[in-house]
Amino acid sequence: MSWRRFLAVLKARNREFIRDRSALGWNIFFPVLIVAGFAFAFSGKPMDLYKVGVYAADPVQKLAEVQKTQAFFRTDYIQFIPISKLAPAITKVERHQLDMLFDLDQHHYWINRDSPKGYLLERVLHGADTVADITNSPAGNFQRQTVSGREIRYVDWLIPGILAMNMMFSALFGVGYVIVRYRKSGVLKRLQATPLTAFEFLSAQVVSRLWLILAITSGVYAGADLFIDFSMFGNYALLLLVFTLGAVSLISLGLLVAARIASEELAGGILNVLSWPMMFLSGVWFSLEGTNPLVQKLALLFPLTHVIDAARAIMIDGAGLAGISTQLVVLTLMSAVFLLLGAVLFRWK
Amino acid sequence: MAVLLQASNLTKRFGDVAAVNGVSFGLEAGTCFGLLGPNGAGKTTIIEMLEGITDADGGKIFYRGKPVGVDFRNDAGIMFQSTALQDYMTVREALEMFGSFYPRPAPIDELIDTCSLGEFLDRDSRKLSGGQRQRLLLAIALVNDPQVVFLDEPTTGLDPQARRNLWALVKRIRAQGKTILLTTHYMEEAYELCDEIAIMDHGKIITRGSPKTLLAEHFDEVVLQLPRADIPADPAELPLPVTLHEEEETVEILSRDINATIRILLDNDISLAGLQIRPRTLEDLFLALTGEELRA
Repeated sequence: MSWRRFLAVLKARNREFIRDRSALGWNIFFPVLIVAGFAFAFSGKPMDLYKVGVYAADPVQKLAEVQKTQAFFRTDYIQFIPISKLAPAITKVERHQLDMLFDLDQHHYWINRDSPKGYLLERVLHGADTVADITNSPAGNFQRQTVSGREIRYVDWLIPGILAMNMMFSALFGVGYVIVRYRKSGVLKRLQATPLTAFEFLSAQVVSRLWLILAITSGVYAGADLFIDFSMFGNYALLLLVFTLGAVSLISLGLLVAARIASEELAGGILNVLSWPMMFLSGVWFSLEGTNPLVQKLALLFPLTHVIDAARAIMIDGAGLAGISTQLVVLTLMSAVFLLLGAVLFRWK
Repeated sequence: MAVLLQASNLTKRFGDVAAVNGVSFGLEAGTCFGLLGPNGAGKTTIIEMLEGITDADGGKIFYRGKPVGVDFRNDAGIMFQSTALQDYMTVREALEMFGSFYPRPAPIDELIDTCSLGEFLDRDSRKLSGGQRQRLLLAIALVNDPQVVFLDEPTTGLDPQARRNLWALVKRIRAQGKTILLTTHYMEEAYELCDEIAIMDHGKIITRGSPKTLLAEHFDEVVLQLPRADIPADPAELPLPVTLHEEEETVEILSRDINATIRILLDNDISLAGLQIRPRTLEDLFLALTGEELRA
């Protein structure tokens, strides 16, 4: 290993990336877009869970009146929407756009018998007035106990996944695709004719992309933290370790894909085949709890799953090194296997 | 002179096609050796086997009398037929990067001077003209101060002026004592630059020697060219060895005695206003040896 040659390739790759204004711009703009999207979607008060239409000749006035006399209309997390035309509102119930609809003048209500939300609202409606003070009411043989704690919102759960997913795309396409382009255009062939070794070349590609990914991920994290007050109960150094290992494993996967391919179209196809299942099955958007066990096992094959699991454990549960040791070992092993295979299979031409 | 690089019975197959079929030759130190032939003759495959870029199926390569190893790359300068550099890299940065790959790089200022790169040192390498780009690639080939320089069709695609500029550079490099292996399908280029040539076709060397010696061995006549329109009758009726080139609308006459040939033409009332006389060329030699036009 010659550090001189390694640093020369690293410098050239960094320079290429920084001078490519469109790629650089996108890499900066895209995270800003993500942060802005989250700030827009998750700032403000929590969203109501149910939507109930209230129709009357003067729906606003009538709603104010019934809220004084009937407990149901004071229930939290239900949005009561004044309605001035009945027929279109009934159609909305049919289409699940409204969960329930009241005609306060005629004393009717509508629910959609196929709507789980409508079913629950009806149960609440029938219980609300009889159990106005729930804290003192009996519930069969059960005695009421309470706990308190900070809510883990969807955004708290989502942020680690989004950071990791952004990292995945940058790692796979920013390295795999670039190497295939180098091979196709003859850059690799020219480098092969020098004393530069494949290991030196590949290491430089990994390091170049790694610092970029960590810088961008840190920027997105800081930006999101400014606008969204999301949870972080763990250690920042540990989170950095997880993201570093995760980035190395994903970059190595990109190298493995690019080891021999000379067609950008084929490389793009394979990278998509890898990244899309990872995006949906690694738990970025939703938990795999309760899904088919086979799918859960399959998800464990993806490095992204372990990055997200470890990041969530740190950020949401405040896990320490012991709590994420399994993920760290798996990510290390995956990085080693991908790098080794990528280096063995690598062809300059 | 000592043989610096020796190829012995090299073979290479691509599927059913024998791209190189038992080729042997040696490069004497400080000379320019040319591999000539049409596209597909096997020139690039041979040069890439010598460079270590392509593995040979058979045969051996010796450098300074020993089988070539990885270290040969430190002594070899390579200019590929088609190559690319990383994007957004200036001429100076490209030279610096390639220089840092070698234990004993040549001084960059010297390379800039040798290859006349001074005017566009800070220009993005993608924005160079064809000739400028080839000069940069030649400078990169020289960045390790090599003993052997491989030039694979260095002037293909260049305009005549750029081609002649590059010839001047190659001559300058040879004058510095470098050993050069050049492939080309331009016979004029080989005649101008090479001390020795090997003409290839279908993966084999069909003849080798110095250009002048080869021409002298195979030809003792010159060619008289006339416009077809200047010969009123059927050219085949002339009592001379005549070849009609219908596409170019010219007639070529081989002659060992120019005075006698001209007398015959005048006796047949043929105008000599458009007459041109040229010596036999390597192009003619290729045609004579293979029976085919050079498929350049």
